[in-house]
Amino acid sequence: MPLTRARGSAPRRSDSSHAALPVYSGPFGAEQAERLLWRAGFGPRPGQAAQLARHGVRGAVRSLTRPASRSLQGPPPRLENGEPLAPYDVWGNDVLWWLDRMVRTRAPLIERMTLIWHDWFATSNEGVDSQRLMIAQNRTQRSLCLASFPSMLTAMTVDPAMLVWLSGAGSTKEAPNENYAREMQELFTLGAGNGYKEIDVREHARALTGWTNTWNPATGQVEDFHFDPALHDNGVKVIYGHRGRFGWKDSLRLVLSNPDHPRHFVTKLWSYFCEEPLSGRDTRAAEGIYVSSGKRILPVLEAMLMHPLLHSGPRMVKPPIVQIAGMLRGIGRYIDTDAWVWESTLAGQTPFYPPNVGGWEAERWLNTGTWLARFNLASQMIGEQRVAKLPPSNATAKEPAAADPKALMKQAIAFWGEPTISGASRGALVSYAKSAGVNAAAASWEREQYPTLALNALRALVVATPDYQTC
Amino acid sequence: MSISPPQRSCSCEGFTRAEMLRRGAAQAGHGLPAIEPGMPMPAGTGLSRRGFLLASAGLALSVYGAGRLLDPSAFEEGIARAAEAPDQPILVSVYLQGGIDAMSVLYPAGDPLYTKYRPVLALPEDAGPAFSEDPRLHWHPQAVPLSQLHEEGKVSVLPAVGYTDPDQSHFTSRHYWEVGATQADLLTGWMGRYLDLAGNADNPLQGLCLDEALQPALATARMPVAAIDKPSSYSFYAQGVWGPPQAIMYDYFDTIGRVGAGSGDPAMQQSGKAALMSSTLRKQLLPFQSSSGAAPALPAGYPSASDAFPARMAGIAQLLAAGLPLRCVSISTESVFDTHDNQVAALGTGLGEATQTLYAFQRDLEARGLADRVLTLVWSEFGRRPQENASGGTDHGAAGCGFVMGTRAAGKMIGEWPGLTSGLDALGNVQATSDFRGLYCSLLEQWLGHEAAPIIPGASGLARMQVVQ
Repeated sequence: MPLTRARGSAPRRSDSSHAALPVYSGPFGAEQAERLLWRAGFGPRPGQAAQLARHGVRGAVRSLTRPASRSLQGPPPRLENGEPLAPYDVWGNDVLWWLDRMVRTRAPLIERMTLIWHDWFATSNEGVDSQRLMIAQNRTQRSLCLASFPSMLTAMTVDPAMLVWLSGAGSTKEAPNENYAREMQELFTLGAGNGYKEIDVREHARALTGWTNTWNPATGQVEDFHFDPALHDNGVKVIYGHRGRFGWKDSLRLVLSNPDHPRHFVTKLWSYFCEEPLSGRDTRAAEGIYVSSGKRILPVLEAMLMHPLLHSGPRMVKPPIVQIAGMLRGIGRYIDTDAWVWESTLAGQTPFYPPNVGGWEAERWLNTGTWLARFNLASQMIGEQRVAKLPPSNATAKEPAAADPKALMKQAIAFWGEPTISGASRGALVSYAKSAGVNAAAASWEREQYPTLALNALRALVVATPDYQTC
Repeated sequence: MSISPPQRSCSCEGFTRAEMLRRGAAQAGHGLPAIEPGMPMPAGTGLSRRGFLLASAGLALSVYGAGRLLDPSAFEEGIARAAEAPDQPILVSVYLQGGIDAMSVLYPAGDPLYTKYRPVLALPEDAGPAFSEDPRLHWHPQAVPLSQLHEEGKVSVLPAVGYTDPDQSHFTSRHYWEVGATQADLLTGWMGRYLDLAGNADNPLQGLCLDEALQPALATARMPVAAIDKPSSYSFYAQGVWGPPQAIMYDYFDTIGRVGAGSGDPAMQQSGKAALMSSTLRKQLLPFQSSSGAAPALPAGYPSASDAFPARMAGIAQLLAAGLPLRCVSISTESVFDTHDNQVAALGTGLGEATQTLYAFQRDLEARGLADRVLTLVWSEFGRRPQENASGGTDHGAAGCGFVMGTRAAGKMIGEWPGLTSGLDALGNVQATSDFRGLYCSLLEQWLGHEAAPIIPGASGLARMQVVQ
């Protein structure tokens, strides 16, 4: 029988229920906290990693999963002309609206989980054609992001954007549309070919019939999404061998109680946080946490975020929108341009426009096209903060301190909020500073100018390092 | 409207799709990942011939090779050497995304059940020209360009191509077509396996994808292959950097790339390799950077479209005309044919653009004297269900249509239209009358001149068809 436990129950109980998954026990310093903030959020603000590290791994994870405040901090978003955003109406403003939340949130995990659910139930405005409906779906995903998976699935199944996207609206008893029934099983709950057959797709489709909407010719908008019993197929269906006059809620109940669902859920959830799969034993343990909690998201998520593999396993490439939000957080910049929309698109990810119902593919984040985009967006980030001129050196003064290659490297890393950069990459940066800032300069004007140019280049190179592009 | 998931999947194990892809990428030597969509460039004019040529080819070449890091200087020599070698036959694979409704492309106007199954969608008998090899079928009005080439004997039609035990998942069925087998666990593409056996270790252009992403059909285990993004310039920009510090900065792309490539961490390696390949590409493309940065206009005949498909097809012809050593090319329409709803509008536009582009591409090759070297295969992961749904659309079905286009194409129908009376399976879907794996075997043997057995699993048991005249 599912057990539900109130949120915020005593830590000891919580610990014992998590004992099934191992907890990371290695050193937890600023570097580990930095990784956690990138994996479960959008990177640290300056100093935040060290601060978080003081809580230890359990405390750090809980501060993310149980945030004290979900409010936003910092100046509200605006466009270059100073105008506020029009997220429902103007191209790209939907993306900026969300990016702003990623940058300003005090509860980064909430925003990151919203991004995960957007990928999980990948819906594209390419097919929905309504920024308003997309943002409504986004708000739903945010409000349920740590609730229970059944409640999320229920909300998504009848979400207007989803009903448009996967043809749920207008699927009737005369001709049930299989689109949602198929993807629900293949992508959202079971995995391709796991625990269902073609006939189940058809029968689920019948059970899901009855949703419809109207079109307002005055506004050109779809509206009034509702269930119309007259359009529903009330006949007997057979799903996974169960017979009944199933309706849409039965459809969800059946797919959620399919024995293959818990494994798909925990495997897929884990894959967002770590590329190395959980062991068979840990997968079963995670399934146990998920099922015994009444299919709640929070308990299994907390256990996963404490898992040793996440903290000491291989690195992950930062998704483009995550890196952009994190760069803005690192330099203390807020939304003041729509450049991030096309920069993010060039880098391979436009929120609200996943490439297909399967979501984005992490394996495709880095290639010659997206690497170029990531490099060039650094310049956009630096913008007016570029160094025009380091303090001048005149004939009598000493070399400016910034002409010291090591100092240049440190200044460039400090600009981004002191991200952890490995010794090997630091060595490469110092070597560049030496070649470009010192050795290349012959004439006195060059000796004066080149350190400045080198510092600007170093800032771009810092975020092009493999260290910065991964976490 | 929904769009089709353009990725493969696995139906046999309890892994999520994402993990399958990761595993696939790891085992196929990073042969799968490629470029994400970039911003469309406005059309422009005024580029020199050289700039025009490469700008329209996309300029952003991504090279994918097996596990070890390949030395880019070897590619420069390898491409040059391959370009000097005698002409090779070229196979272009065009994927119609999302499972196109074959029963609309060639609609069975003469079948009494057609209007019964398609009360809303059925086209009038005289809407499009009759298919001369089977007058029961008519070409969709938007497919007329293809019918013209067929009349010239340059198109072989497969009216019901597929496989037994059809899978109706986009991911799975597309995967089967890509790997050339009904096996979920194959990690290399069928053209990729051909290149592994017949290709060169130093010519990534032998397997070229003009698309947002390198298509899995080209995924190799050993040989390098490449992807080219849509037309764009390839230049790096850093604020407040110029002169020697800028030139040296470019050199340091390689330095930081080597840090990543030499690390023991797969994600760091991925980033490092991307830096190294980007750096190499930047150097290769330096001579072709146009100062205006504008993309060229399309050659005559290609439809103007908001998406990149016509420009990419034109790019293939231009790359071939430039003597670049391509052998297998993979490309996908940007139009998605997953027409669950409002099929009339959704299908017509995309089909029109696709067939006009194919027609223009064929004419382009003919005008350039390249037509006898190129065969174009057009396919989709499945056809759609004969019985329309209530949304004015059609759901996933089984057998679909395929085409082989070219002056050397046999130009004769392969298989037949099975008819709606006795040609449907138990689930009401069209049964295949030709097998795509047999088609692949035939293309390998008759066109690419390579034995099929080591490339297509079970090749000896698959019926061959005449694809080349």
